[in-house]
Amino acid sequence: MSGEAAAQSPWQAATITGIRKRTPRVTSFFIQPSRPFTYRAGQHVDVRLTAPDGYQARRSYSIASAPEVGEAIELAIERLDDGEVSPFFHDVAAVGDEIELRGPLGGHFVWSDSDGGPLMLVGGGSGVVPLAAMIRHRFARKSPVPVALMFSARVWDEVIFRDELIGLDDRKDGLQLVLTLTREAARRPSDYSRRIDAAMAVQSMARLPEPPKLAFVCGSNSFVSAAAQALIDADIPADIIRTERYGV
Amino acid sequence: MVTRGFSGRRPPTSDDGRIPPGQYLEQGFPVLSAGPTPRVRTQDWSFTLKHGPRPIKKWNWAEFNALPLSKMTRDIHCVTAWTKFDTPWQGVLVDDILGDAGIEPPTAFTLALSFDGYSTNVPTKDLVAGKAMVALFYEGKPITPDHGGPARLLVPHLYFWKSAKWVSGLQFTQRDEPGFWELRGYHIYGDPWREQRYTSDP
Repeated sequence: MSGEAAAQSPWQAATITGIRKRTPRVTSFFIQPSRPFTYRAGQHVDVRLTAPDGYQARRSYSIASAPEVGEAIELAIERLDDGEVSPFFHDVAAVGDEIELRGPLGGHFVWSDSDGGPLMLVGGGSGVVPLAAMIRHRFARKSPVPVALMFSARVWDEVIFRDELIGLDDRKDGLQLVLTLTREAARRPSDYSRRIDAAMAVQSMARLPEPPKLAFVCGSNSFVSAAAQALIDADIPADIIRTERYGV
Repeated sequence: MVTRGFSGRRPPTSDDGRIPPGQYLEQGFPVLSAGPTPRVRTQDWSFTLKHGPRPIKKWNWAEFNALPLSKMTRDIHCVTAWTKFDTPWQGVLVDDILGDAGIEPPTAFTLALSFDGYSTNVPTKDLVAGKAMVALFYEGKPITPDHGGPARLLVPHLYFWKSAKWVSGLQFTQRDEPGFWELRGYHIYGDPWREQRYTSDP
């Protein structure tokens, strides 16, 4: 893991090459660094914006794309109404604009197919983004590692990457998608309509051929606290659970 | 490089000089950690002072709480770019821990150790002379598990990852040994005013 440190890079200019709305509140920005870098699924970048008077704002965003797809990275950014940086992306940013970014960053919440599995992935809302990078990496590498993704969203239309994830689930190649909607009825027979709990974790884990070797949990602070506890209550050892939290 | 169309939202001017470069003012108190929140019961809690592998002194919860309590209200700065003003803590100064053990710091470097296996390195001089404490209370109440309770290190002048949660002891080391996040790309020292976030920062 200490090798991650060597991969750090200074700020560099990057160009927005594509914009794609994912859900009513989440839009993907495809960003081409001027000096392309290699990264691992689960890593993030820091983004920096500069006002004409020199004032700067920076935020961290997880990379959604698989390392294999090409030189532009995908950031799926949720609009925060009281935010400073996400409203810029949603309201102002256009294809061709330049921003500054720095990365890749983070050496803990990462997975490569060579790390093996099975994997238990748990995401809440936009917390699915680094997990999507892992799932896309798995698919790009044709990795046989069994993966269960428990993904909690408020409603069906806020399930980020929904059609892609369901398409991967339908391939029956070892990826198991478990959607749970907290404010709507489930749409698929295998899905749920409640907050993630230990019973759901037990049932999701049962879809794996053997207990997980690693678990990744990402989302808001309250989501991660509750979901990590659900995994522990489902007898997943605490020392195989890695978490990434955001928000207050 | 100016970003087209970005004007930004500046902190209030009365806060001038208190927000390090690259930080924004946060009213809430975000939580960051590498794994699930450990639930350390006070009856299982202990704090050990070590010189290398050798224990110097160990306190249980009652013994530790009998040490002199000090108050510290400080601005804190997280490497993820939030800054929070005037956070009120109460706990035992590292000076008072050393005093109770009857020692002067034996080496120039210290590793803070945690119940969940986390560790972080801090130069010893940054822990003494009233600069740091093992905090037991936040806003007058016992620190919640999410924020590192029952006890966390508080080194407010460095980025907040140095303020190890669920702290279980301090270990004096001969060399500056990188801890958990320092091995994963974070700066060896972490001064917010010099923006020492990542390994490659000066």
